[in-house]
Amino acid sequence: MDNDKIDKIIDKYPNDPSSLIQVLLEIQSENRWLPREALKKVSKKLKVPLNRIQHIITFYKAFSVVPKGRHEVHVCTGTACHVRGAQRVLDTVQDLIGIKPGETDQDLRFSLETVNCVGCCALGPVMVIDGEYHGKMAPAKSEDVLKNYE
Amino acid sequence: MPRINSPAELEKFRKDILSKRDPNRPCVAVCTGTGCLALGAAKVVTALKEEIKKQGLATKVDVVDVRETGCPGFCERGPLVVIYPEETCYLQVQPGDAEEIVSQTILAKKVIDRLVYVDPITGEKIVRESEIPFYKNQMRHLIGNNIKIDPKSIDDYLAVGGYSALAKALCQVTPEQVVGLVKDSNLRGRGGAGFPTGRKWEFTRNSPEKTKYVIVNADEGDPGAFMDRALLEGNPHSVLEGLTIGAYAIGAHEGYFYVRQEYPLAVENVTIAIRKAEDYGFLGKNILGSGFDFTVKVRWGAGAFVCGEETALLMSLEGKAGEPRARPPYPAVKGLWGKPTNINNVETWANVPLIINNGAGFLTSIGTEGSKGTKIFSLVGKVNNTGLVEVPMGITLRDIVYKVGGGIPGGKKFKAVQTGGPSGGCIPEKYLDIEVDFDELKKVGAIMGSGGMIVMDEDTCMVDVARYFLNFLTGESCGKCSPCREGIRQMLKILTNISKGKGREGDIELLEELSEATRDASLCALGGSAPNPVLSTIRYFRDEYEAHIKEKRCPAYVCKELISYHIDPDKCQACMICLRKCPAEAIAGDKNQIHVIDQDKCTKCGTCFEVCPSRFGAVRRLSGEPLPPPIPEEARIIVRKSKG
Repeated sequence: MDNDKIDKIIDKYPNDPSSLIQVLLEIQSENRWLPREALKKVSKKLKVPLNRIQHIITFYKAFSVVPKGRHEVHVCTGTACHVRGAQRVLDTVQDLIGIKPGETDQDLRFSLETVNCVGCCALGPVMVIDGEYHGKMAPAKSEDVLKNYE
Repeated sequence: MPRINSPAELEKFRKDILSKRDPNRPCVAVCTGTGCLALGAAKVVTALKEEIKKQGLATKVDVVDVRETGCPGFCERGPLVVIYPEETCYLQVQPGDAEEIVSQTILAKKVIDRLVYVDPITGEKIVRESEIPFYKNQMRHLIGNNIKIDPKSIDDYLAVGGYSALAKALCQVTPEQVVGLVKDSNLRGRGGAGFPTGRKWEFTRNSPEKTKYVIVNADEGDPGAFMDRALLEGNPHSVLEGLTIGAYAIGAHEGYFYVRQEYPLAVENVTIAIRKAEDYGFLGKNILGSGFDFTVKVRWGAGAFVCGEETALLMSLEGKAGEPRARPPYPAVKGLWGKPTNINNVETWANVPLIINNGAGFLTSIGTEGSKGTKIFSLVGKVNNTGLVEVPMGITLRDIVYKVGGGIPGGKKFKAVQTGGPSGGCIPEKYLDIEVDFDELKKVGAIMGSGGMIVMDEDTCMVDVARYFLNFLTGESCGKCSPCREGIRQMLKILTNISKGKGREGDIELLEELSEATRDASLCALGGSAPNPVLSTIRYFRDEYEAHIKEKRCPAYVCKELISYHIDPDKCQACMICLRKCPAEAIAGDKNQIHVIDQDKCTKCGTCFEVCPSRFGAVRRLSGEPLPPPIPEEARIIVRKSKG
C-alpha cells in the first residue's frame, strides 16, 4: 500500500488518537490487511504508540495483520444458521480447504472466517464468498460452490 | 438545493412534492434490503428498468416509477416486489418475470397468479400486500414505511410526513415538554434492558455540564437479529429525526451514529440521509429557524460484540479498545469525553417522531401495563415465514410463531423459542401463551433483548444451543473482569464435555453454581447475563442434559461425538446417491453392492441422511446405542430382477 493512499485516509479524520479505529478500518478495507509500515505511519501521524495500536487491532475482529487469500470465505454462524446446521457446513469447508477460521491457505487461495450474523437468516445456512451470498448451504453443496473460486 | 428555514416553508415544500406526485401513477417498489439483495434483487431491478424502456414506457416522462426500497420484512419470500397503486405484492420475483410484470400488471392491470401469495392452508390467492397473513397480523408503525420510500430520497420521506415531528418539537414545544411527552408515553429502551427512555433523557438534560452528546447505538451484535439494520437501511431519516428531537430535548449539539462495520449498506444510507438533511436544513445551524444547532457524524464499529454495551461503545468512539467500565457514573453524567451523554438504540429513536406527532397517548394505547408500543422482532430459525415482524407488546408468542410466522416447516415439532440473543433464554412450549413484554419474558427466564427470536424444533439440541451461546460469548468477552472471562470459559468447558459424551454426574449443579457467580460478579451486562442461555435450558430441558450425561445420547442427533450414521442393509438399494455425495468419501459400495459407511472416515456431516431417497430411508441416525455389526462381504451383493 503506497504512502499517498495512507496519508489521504489519515487526512480525512481529525489528527488525534480518537480517529485511530476509523483510520485503521479504512486502511483495512482498502488494503484488506494492515502492513507494519502502514501501522508505523498511523502511529506517527495520530500520535498513538504502536503498542496501543497493537491492542486495538487484536481487540477488534475487523483487523488482520497478515495478507488475505484471493477469496475471502465467510461462513455465517449466527444463531439462525446454527440451528439450521451451519456447524456441519463449516466443518466440511474446513476439511475441503484445509484451514481453520482466521487462517489463510499457503497458496493464498482462500481465507476462512466465521461471522456472527449477516442478517440473511431466511437463507440460512449462509456462506459469503467475496461479498457474494450463497444461501441454503449444505455440506455437499459447499463443495460445489467452492469449486468455482480459483 | 432549497434550505428550509421554517415549519411553514417545510409544509409548502411538502405540498410541492405531493403535487408533483400522481398517486395513480404506477410504481414498482423492489426491496433491495440485504436479504433480498442476497436473493438477487439487484438483477430484478435492472431487468425491470430495461423492460420498461423496451416496452416504450421510458420515453414519456414519469409514466412509471421504479423504487428501490428498504426491507419490509418478508425475507423468506424475497425478492419482494410491490406494484402501486394497486398494492399488488409479488413474491420470489426473478429477472425473467420482468417482461410479464410490465406488460401484464403495469400496462394491462392483470395479476400474475404464479407470483402472488398462496395461503398454505386454504389455497386462496392473496394479491394485496396488507392482506397477506404475515403482514395482516402485525402492527407496522415503524417498519411499515420501508416499502413506501426510497431510503436514499429525503423527498420520499417528506412525502410520507417526514420531519413534521421535528418542526413541531423545535418550534411549538419546549425541550422540557418534549422530555415530558416521552416520559408520559412510557417508552422503554428497545436495546435490551428496557430502561424508561424519558427518565434517561431527563438525567442527561439535568446534568450541569454545557457540552452534551446524543448517540444512536447501532452496534446490533446479537446473532440472528437484524431489525435495527432494516430501519437504518430502509428508513434512516426516521431515526435521524428522532435523534435530532432528542438532542433538542436534552440540550446536545453533537450526535453520533455508531454502526457496526458488518452493515455497509446501513452506513451508506445513514451517511446519505445526514448529507441530505444538512442540505435541507434539518441539521446544522438554526434548524427550521428555531435557533437550535445540531450536527451528526457516523462512526464504524470494528467487530466487537461488547461494544453494544454503552460504556464500551463510548470507549470505542474515543478510539480505544471497547472495554466496559463500572457504572455509576452513568453516561448521563459522565459519558463521551467525560461529558453527559445519552445513548439509545436505533428502534428507540425511531419511536420518538411517532410520539411527538401523535401524542404520548398513541404509544400508551398499545401494549401492556408495563410495556407500551410496538416491538420489531426478527423471527428466524425453524419457522416458515422468516423475517422481520413488528407486533404490539402483549401479543402471545404463539401468535408470533404461528399466525405471523406460519408455524414450523416440514411438519416438525416445536421445541422452544430463544429470545434476547446470547443474553436471553429459551422458552418452552408450555409458555407459548405468555404475553410478550419486558416483564413477562423475564419471569420465564428469558429477556426481550434487542428482539431476536429464534424458533427451534425437535432437531435442535438444547445442550448444543447453550454451548453455542457460551462459545460466542467466550470469544466476545473483552477479558477485563475475571468472573466473565473465566466463568464463561469454565462453563463452556463443561458444556463441551457434556456434548462430547464426557459429562459427569454433578456437572449440572456445577453449571448452576458457576452461573450464579458469573451473573453476580461480572462488571457489565455481557457477563451478567451470559448464564441465561445455560440456566434457562437447564430449567426447561434438564432431561436433555441428563440424556447426554448419563446415557451418552443426544436426543436431537446434533452432538457429533454422540451420534453415528448407519446404512440399513435391508433397506439400501445401492443407488450410489449417498456414495457420490459424501464429502468425506467415507461410503463404500457399488451399483449392485450394499453401501457401508467407514466410521473412521465419517465426519458426521449428515449428507447421506439428507440425500437418501425417502422411499428407501436407508440411512439411520443412532445415538446412545451401539452400531449394528457389519454385514459379511458376500451378503452385500444385490441381485436385481432383470427389467425385461
